[in-house]
Amino acid sequence: MAQTRTSTSARRNGHEPAAPVGTGAHRGSPSLFARVRRELTGAVQRRIPRADLDERDPDNIREQLPLFWLFSTLWFRGEVRGLGNIPDDGPVLLVGNHSGGNMIPDTMVFTVAFSTYFGVERPFYQLAHNLVLSLPGLSWLRKFGTVAASPENARKAVASGAALLVYPGGDYEVHRPSWQGNRVDFGGRKGFLRLALEQDVPVVPVVAIGGQETALFLTRGERLARLLALDRVLRLKVLPISISLPWIVNIGDVGQIPLPAKITIETLPAIDLRAEFGPDPDVDEVYDHVIRQMQNALDALAAERRFPVIG
Amino acid sequence: MRITGDRMLAAPIDDVWAIVTDPERVLNYMSGVTRWEVAGDVRTGLGARYRMLFRIGAAEVGGLVEVVEFDQPRDLAWTSVTGLDHRGRWRLREAPGGRTRVEFRLAYVVEGAGLSGWVAERVAAPTVSGHVRQTLQQLERLVEHERLRARAAARRRGAARP
Repeated sequence: MAQTRTSTSARRNGHEPAAPVGTGAHRGSPSLFARVRRELTGAVQRRIPRADLDERDPDNIREQLPLFWLFSTLWFRGEVRGLGNIPDDGPVLLVGNHSGGNMIPDTMVFTVAFSTYFGVERPFYQLAHNLVLSLPGLSWLRKFGTVAASPENARKAVASGAALLVYPGGDYEVHRPSWQGNRVDFGGRKGFLRLALEQDVPVVPVVAIGGQETALFLTRGERLARLLALDRVLRLKVLPISISLPWIVNIGDVGQIPLPAKITIETLPAIDLRAEFGPDPDVDEVYDHVIRQMQNALDALAAERRFPVIG
Repeated sequence: MRITGDRMLAAPIDDVWAIVTDPERVLNYMSGVTRWEVAGDVRTGLGARYRMLFRIGAAEVGGLVEVVEFDQPRDLAWTSVTGLDHRGRWRLREAPGGRTRVEFRLAYVVEGAGLSGWVAERVAAPTVSGHVRQTLQQLERLVEHERLRARAAARRRGAARP
């Protein structure tokens, strides 16, 4: 019963169905650890809301914007440049470098700026990690247009003519150590380019700096995550360790009070992949090009910065 | 929240009116505005629509606005159609000695959940009033600059004629 619900909800979401649950009983009793792991996997999968683009609610966003604007302005001294580079209408794939751990400060700054610049009426979705969407108390994110990250959901959003914000680096990039804060690191993930080519939408790089200074991120903890089988249970490849308030030592990045680091975001000119790379572009070549452009912009932003956190 | 500023300009009312009703020149004097584009067929006058943005804090707010009052050469008022709820008004009055008293008003309401709207309105107020003050200063400079240019041109014409 539970497993059918699990797999259907996963499939609805565009994920590969979870490994069959409960078949272990035929092969002899599984270890306690394995059973706990399966139960947890099922529980998380069940909690992932199905991607319904209609859950985005402009009136709700409008009501929430002042609060986020206050945070963005007073706490992070946010500055978003070049929003005019985003085509005024039609679908667009916004590709960002991801910083700041689970508190995603730069996403907040960018979302506020985008929503006020183009108006809450323009459909705008963001892809987020499954775990983010399955956490209790974060259901309001769906009203903001946040959907679970999967190729299927991304396709759905872009095909509907919306702007879609993706962070290809995901949990891998967002937990990079603070001293790698000024490095664009997607970990070789190129799915976003395949999506852009398939749907024929322009790619707009969004480069942010400052997020990695909201805490002192020490390590991704990839080995720790593997050891605890988090990749299979929670789709997490990392168990980061950072020094942050109020925990001092924060294992697993369980939320934090972010330091008021200045966040600057620059939107780069849109890239029309087929116009620049021919009718059948080589994904690796385009990937290198996008990364290089974003890294150059990030270097420029880093050069502008005089002090960490203060900006 | 309503923010008001006024200034006495040493120029006839028609000169000032010509500048404040010209959408192409808004970016030359209106402080904080990052975009002011004609949207639709009417360029100026009652019912003209503009797509505008105003930088405030970490965001550019604004949207579509429409001119709802156009009382030449005294009153120009617009109100927001989409985006942040706000109204703006230019109030020009003739003053003795060929001068013009200019009043610029911006009124805005931030609708936010809980107290956030109320707080945001007040946090934004000092920035907005700074922009209102600066707008009037820049308008004064622009108007007087135009007058100087016109006078110089007239002088040149006068000198060339005889």
